[in-house]
Amino acid sequence: MYDGGKIITGVIIGLVFMTFPIWYTSGRAAKKPDIKLPVKEKQCVEPKEYMRVKHMQLLDLWRDSVVRVAQRSYVAFNGVKYDMSLQNTCISADCHAKKTEFCDQCHNYTGVVPYCWDCHIEPKEEPAEKPQAEEKH
Amino acid sequence: MNAIASLILSGGAISMLVAIPFLAVWVLPHVYGIRLEWLFGIVIPYLAAIIFFVGIIYRVVKWAKCPVPFRIPTTCAQQKSLPWIKYGYAEKLDNPISTAGVVGRMILEVLCFRSLFRSTKMEFGAGGNIKYKSSKWLWLAAIVFHYCFLVIILRHLRFFTDPMPFFVPIIEKVDGFFQFFLPVVYQSGFLIGAALTYLLLRRLLDPKLRYISLPADYFPLFLILTIAGTGILMRYVLKADVVSIKELTMGLVSFRPVVPEGISVLFYIHLFLVSVLFAYFPFSKLMHVAGVFLSPTRNLSNNSRIVRHINPWNPPVKIHTYEAYEDDFREKMIEAGLPVEKEAALPADKE
Repeated sequence: MYDGGKIITGVIIGLVFMTFPIWYTSGRAAKKPDIKLPVKEKQCVEPKEYMRVKHMQLLDLWRDSVVRVAQRSYVAFNGVKYDMSLQNTCISADCHAKKTEFCDQCHNYTGVVPYCWDCHIEPKEEPAEKPQAEEKH
Repeated sequence: MNAIASLILSGGAISMLVAIPFLAVWVLPHVYGIRLEWLFGIVIPYLAAIIFFVGIIYRVVKWAKCPVPFRIPTTCAQQKSLPWIKYGYAEKLDNPISTAGVVGRMILEVLCFRSLFRSTKMEFGAGGNIKYKSSKWLWLAAIVFHYCFLVIILRHLRFFTDPMPFFVPIIEKVDGFFQFFLPVVYQSGFLIGAALTYLLLRRLLDPKLRYISLPADYFPLFLILTIAGTGILMRYVLKADVVSIKELTMGLVSFRPVVPEGISVLFYIHLFLVSVLFAYFPFSKLMHVAGVFLSPTRNLSNNSRIVRHINPWNPPVKIHTYEAYEDDFREKMIEAGLPVEKEAALPADKE
């Protein structure tokens, strides 16, 4: 082999770059998302399989409908009517009460940063409950 | 092979490569109840990765075994010469005599495709005059394609690392700069499609290029176009179960492979085509990724007038010096009256 030293160094550098995910991840157990499903409500506005992959498109549709057409009523696949609202319907107490226990689980796992919260105010969780109670006094 | 045969061959190959995972993952379970997700999700990707790494090392070692005894850089500028002949920055890059010059030249070559930028195309003008025209569109399409591919590969790290390295969200943000549609449109996916389409049309529309294009040229273009197409379909149109896909990819990376339920056949088509690309890579022109570093016309300095380069594998030459020659024939030379450098041994000794 001619210029073996240089070429082997180059190959090793290339290999280190190309195997980045293997050595970057090794030793760190990937934690799977742990979703807390609502206790009270059993059925979402669309079937689970649909919501798993297309919820973002549904929410986008809802936003357009509410903001641009002022149409707030959504007829679900089973005929039940819902109010098109991320914060009052989806993240209500009966459904996906906590963003961190539902939305964030998968979004953090797959590195998705939805821009819902550019406009919506992020719902405050546990620590926020006490100060609110104090304000009433 | 003519253009139509090449197109049919490479197009047919791609259609078959799409059909294989479709039939195996979509039709087989429905008709025969056989499930082959493990084959397309685990075995084939691992095999492809092994072929990729072993193949690249094999090719590089094979190249490294080729001797390059002499300096053969393509020189595009004035050679280092007498002090009053200009040897400035451009000359240092295009006719380098030092390692620094070579490194600079290689960096510009690898990162900016400089030689492609400088290439011209020859055409016949009016009256058969030869004209050299700038051909920057090829350079533009090539650089857009390569950088988009890099961005796409780096974006895919979100499936292969947990937590993501810091640069992935930055790349995603820049790539989705225009923030339209949902999920946010990444420009790179569509730009790579446009660049590949240009590179394909270039081969098809120019008669000279069409004549020299082979299935080995069309196949990678079709393959990468199909990979980009299935990716775009999965992200924007048909949608995919990203959480299950990440479980599969993380299983591959951490060597604890799993096949989660509910992954669509489109993902397996995408993954199979990527596996084919990886396995095909070492045997194809795509090896220029390693070859660019090993090009003697680029990576050598032009110092032939400064350093003497001796062919290292010259066989030892049998030489017969004059001294030895005279030793062999001295007596005969003296007999014939030829001059000798050393007188013959005195005959008196022998008596």
